Amino acid sequence: MKIQNKDVWVFIEQRNGKPADVSFELLSKGRKLAENLNGNLKAVVIGSKIKQLAAETFKYGAVEALVIDSPELEHYRTMPYSRILTELAELHKPRIILFGATVIGRDLAPRVASHTKGGLTADCTDLQISNVKYLKNDYENLLLQIRPAFGGNIIATIITPEVEIQMATVREGVMRLDPLPVPVNGRITEIPYVSNEFDNLVKIIEQHRQENKVNLKGASIIVSGGYGIGSKSNFKLIQELAALLGGEVAGSRAAVDAGFLTADRQVGQTGVTVRPKLYIACGISGAIQHRAGMNESNKIIAINSDPDAPIFSIAHYGIVGDAMQIIPMFINVFKQKLR
Amino acid sequence: MDLHSIVMVKQVPDTANISGQVMKEDGTVNRAKLPAIFNHEDRAALELALRIKDEHGGKVTVVTMGPPRASDILRECLFMGADEAILISDRKFAGADTLATSYVLAEAIKKVGNYDFVFAGRQAIDGDTAQVGPQTAEKLNIPQITYAEEILEVTETSVKVRRKIDGGYEILESKLPVLITALKDSAFPRPFKAKRVMAYKNSKTLLELEKLAEGNSLLYTDQLKEEYQSKHLYIQTFTMDDLKLDEARCGVHGSPTKVHKIDSVVLAGGNQEMVEPNKAGISNLIDKLMEDHILG
Repeated sequence: MKIQNKDVWVFIEQRNGKPADVSFELLSKGRKLAENLNGNLKAVVIGSKIKQLAAETFKYGAVEALVIDSPELEHYRTMPYSRILTELAELHKPRIILFGATVIGRDLAPRVASHTKGGLTADCTDLQISNVKYLKNDYENLLLQIRPAFGGNIIATIITPEVEIQMATVREGVMRLDPLPVPVNGRITEIPYVSNEFDNLVKIIEQHRQENKVNLKGASIIVSGGYGIGSKSNFKLIQELAALLGGEVAGSRAAVDAGFLTADRQVGQTGVTVRPKLYIACGISGAIQHRAGMNESNKIIAINSDPDAPIFSIAHYGIVGDAMQIIPMFINVFKQKLR
Repeated sequence: MDLHSIVMVKQVPDTANISGQVMKEDGTVNRAKLPAIFNHEDRAALELALRIKDEHGGKVTVVTMGPPRASDILRECLFMGADEAILISDRKFAGADTLATSYVLAEAIKKVGNYDFVFAGRQAIDGDTAQVGPQTAEKLNIPQITYAEEILEVTETSVKVRRKIDGGYEILESKLPVLITALKDSAFPRPFKAKRVMAYKNSKTLLELEKLAEGNSLLYTDQLKEEYQSKHLYIQTFTMDDLKLDEARCGVHGSPTKVHKIDSVVLAGGNQEMVEPNKAGISNLIDKLMEDHILG
């Protein structure tokens, strides 16, 4: 298969006209992928009154923003958004399209991939460009879509060698935000919106959105608990320690699934990726999915009763013991030192 | 008003209980070695469909694509109240990614036909991709409402749904037919009904009847099938040929995503400093953190 196009597209997600952080993170990564491919980085912006937002993408290296601006497109709706993006993709055949692994991205990307018969990998933790030999064939400059898989025992590198458009979703915080010192002198290309009968099959009756009060990404200290904490009431100790240190409370997926804390505090591949000054992991075994979300923390303290828990391998300081006993000790000693 | 719901369900390996021995060399999963369970969100999806039937009449058909043993969860669907269950199974479906899976499911749903709702769980715990629902909707050319939290109102031609969005929720109204993917908390699945367990515990798929016939020279598959059908114990089975599918779009061949390589997780190890689990150890640790201006 001869592939001509080398462009990298990023779908720019906006909510009430505000861009999602993950979109600019993806532009930052997409810029490097486009450099490797020798192609152009382009932003696709759909919404209402979004030209200014579109121009912001130039700060992250987009050389062109494809803008579809109409009052009817103010809020994300599956049907018009997926149709518009599908039509654009089929017309221009970008080599790569990246989406945030948000509710919107996970609603939109599969629909586009289905129509274009493209490959799509969810929740990637890394993206690279590389030549690949697969089943005795040589492929040039494929997108390596890297993600932990199956219980976290393995890291899988997924490729989509036989398709023109390679697609991936990435969680917020996984890629580093990397604005350019001087924005690109980019071009805004406006594409008119022509509605069709399918676009309005689903109507928005109401929408309620609160600004996310939890800011794990910005926290400099995070105290995190896992399934090993045992119960929601035991989690109060985690909260107490976090409050004392001026940090945020977080947890592993197992802890969220067990109902110990809310999903917006989940750290890991399918949660938030954090890079705090200090990350204290309590009763967390440290499956790869969790480590993917915190292993770039400046300092990691691991507290776990199992000396073989994988979390110790990435910790700077390891304490083998019951978190329920170690945390109160930590709290007391720290309080004494503050006096 | 007689609404017909088709529910897509999946039997999944219990990913909470995985050992390292289940990965095959090509990076796919040896599902035979894993305990298999009913994907929780799919069970919630079935409950949503059953409630629509309870309130408005109609029927509920469940479909699953999987190996022969996936019939276990179809029986569970019958125990809960599903009217009809269909197993979609063929060796040629093996190794399917979400694109190939959604192709087969969409064709099966078209064959069943005449539906108002298609339900599914938001995602399956073995892949967490949440892609099969939207990709099936796209192929059926119908709208979708993903991340459903609650069904608020159903009429003969429309549905109102509350769904999760990033940082909140929205209420959508869709024309029917529509595909809805359900979050786990959207509905608490009803328990099995004892009467239905008694009635359907012996229901069998074609593959299971064939096995039965193989093991006993006095039994013939066709006869068994007729007998089970007359007793409403026959679970329909669709193969690739039944659905007249394009083989190039099924299984490994129809899957654009390929596993290029698998790396086992290498743990660095040895670099960490172990802290004694006592007051002195922790005091020492806190001093270090304070010196480094990480604490205090």
